[in-house]
Amino acid sequence: MAKSKLFTMNEDRSLYPELDVNGKPIVDLTSHKYVKIWQGPQHPGVTGNMSLELTISGDEIVESKTHVGYLHRAFEKLLERRLFVQCMPTSIRLCVAEPDTNEYVISNAIEELGNIEVPEMAQWLRMLSLEMARLQVLLRQVPGQAGTFALGLGYQWGSYIRDLILDSFEELTGGRVYHMYIIPGGVRGLLPDGFKARLLEKLKLIDEFIPKIDKLIFNNVVFESRARGLAYIPKEWVDEYGIYGPASRGSGVSRDVRKTNPYLKYDQLDFEPFVTTEGDVYARTEVRRADLIMTVDLIRQILDKMPEKGDIKAETPNVLHWKIPKGETYSKCESSRGEYGMYFVTDGSAMPRRVNLKGPSYTHANALLDKLLINANIADTAAIMVSLATCPPEIER
Amino acid sequence: MQKGINNLIEKFGASDLEVRRPGLSFITVENTKAVAAITHLKDIDGYTILSLITAVDWIEDGIMQLTYLLNNPEEIAEIGLRVMLERKEEAGESMETIHHLWPNAKKWQQELKEMFGIDFPTSPGLNDPFILEGWDAAPPYRRDFDTNKYAEETFFPRPGRETHDPAEHMKKNMYPNNPSDYTNKKYNPNR
Repeated sequence: MAKSKLFTMNEDRSLYPELDVNGKPIVDLTSHKYVKIWQGPQHPGVTGNMSLELTISGDEIVESKTHVGYLHRAFEKLLERRLFVQCMPTSIRLCVAEPDTNEYVISNAIEELGNIEVPEMAQWLRMLSLEMARLQVLLRQVPGQAGTFALGLGYQWGSYIRDLILDSFEELTGGRVYHMYIIPGGVRGLLPDGFKARLLEKLKLIDEFIPKIDKLIFNNVVFESRARGLAYIPKEWVDEYGIYGPASRGSGVSRDVRKTNPYLKYDQLDFEPFVTTEGDVYARTEVRRADLIMTVDLIRQILDKMPEKGDIKAETPNVLHWKIPKGETYSKCESSRGEYGMYFVTDGSAMPRRVNLKGPSYTHANALLDKLLINANIADTAAIMVSLATCPPEIER
Repeated sequence: MQKGINNLIEKFGASDLEVRRPGLSFITVENTKAVAAITHLKDIDGYTILSLITAVDWIEDGIMQLTYLLNNPEEIAEIGLRVMLERKEEAGESMETIHHLWPNAKKWQQELKEMFGIDFPTSPGLNDPFILEGWDAAPPYRRDFDTNKYAEETFFPRPGRETHDPAEHMKKNMYPNNPSDYTNKKYNPNR
């Protein structure tokens, strides 16, 4: 593989705006040197409903500002007016792409503050549902990265297999996108008859899918020449900007909650998250490709190691009258985008006092994206956003 | 005990320690010592990641709680640092900024200003709209913000959104000439 070229700024700054004392470019639009354009909120190259206010010099971005607010439904405020069990259908809508992580973090927070012990069988089933959710995200995300460079075919292949995984979700939970399978105390049901065998058959399709996308994407000269060296994240930024998941592992910093703070039964699984040091869009795509393979392996391990039967839900108080003592906690798990956490405060009443969601996009799509886009070519904007897997509902909540 | 907790207690007079689980503790520090304590945690004790800043409105106690969640990736430990500010009737509580420690802190501070009305003087772009562009009412995440009242005052009721009592509605529409017929029908749930 070709060696990554390092991200370099254009040395000749004469075409760029001067900076004011705060480091902000002084842009005089009447000078005809710069053009201000909006990418989003409805744009195929934007992940979800957000927009970027871009100032362009030629075809190069000199300033970027993320605008959110198009999706704000005050979820955190709504949750303060809901019984704990009523929080579930609201909280899953905090992230459409991977709602299961919301189910887990909120259920885990309620259980921790309400002193509920989750049965072992339910923990395995939770883990299966979380890994299946990660799988369906990565099946679109890995080839989707190439889609931002106009290589859309892999995305279509991935979407087909993703649909088969959604079929499995429908079989297991009754829902394709929003599952509400993980509930406070446990999960809603056992595996249907024959579910394991059917899921294992579908996983074989992914084994065949990987060499195909290798040929189509990773060995493609267009993808490689455009993704290598693009949006380079130095290792030092990982802590400074609070970078998580594949974005940090693409820059040589191994961060995975499943390893650092093993929850559920992850300590009984054999896995090692892939880390590379290149730090560019290509590296982040490679990390996600490795994650895809690892997720398939984890699902196989879970299906192999999980008990055949057992309790799936702990006894909980009557959900209509469930009051949880005053307390606070931070519940977290590893989503496909990185650490996904929820700060949860109770005050002894039947409703949460405060819920604050912390998704990786909060930092990835704001401070980090604004910085990475400077000096990038406007045609690479979508690729940079997708490489960070920004999810606007995590920002607005 | 988790790394950094002793220092917080001895050097910064922190109190109300609550160990939630191994690797996650919450502790309260005075607002005048908070930024020094956070700097110490970051530079000396290895809490190099700012996971979040958020607020909890304890309106009945007259307290606005700020929570800074800091993460130490080497020790695999997190500290939730609580800072209790005196709650003001009309918003405008003030706290020192920490954007000089983490560049992404300014976004949380901007959000807290917008949603809770907490001021962080000198934080860049603090008063720029973040999520609520064109918002001129009180900060909406405070407990005393009346969502229903705001919606009624701000938005026009749309036709077709009125609600009906089912029994009255059926009487009126199915038996307009003789509403008493309704009471004799077997499908009347109130019979």
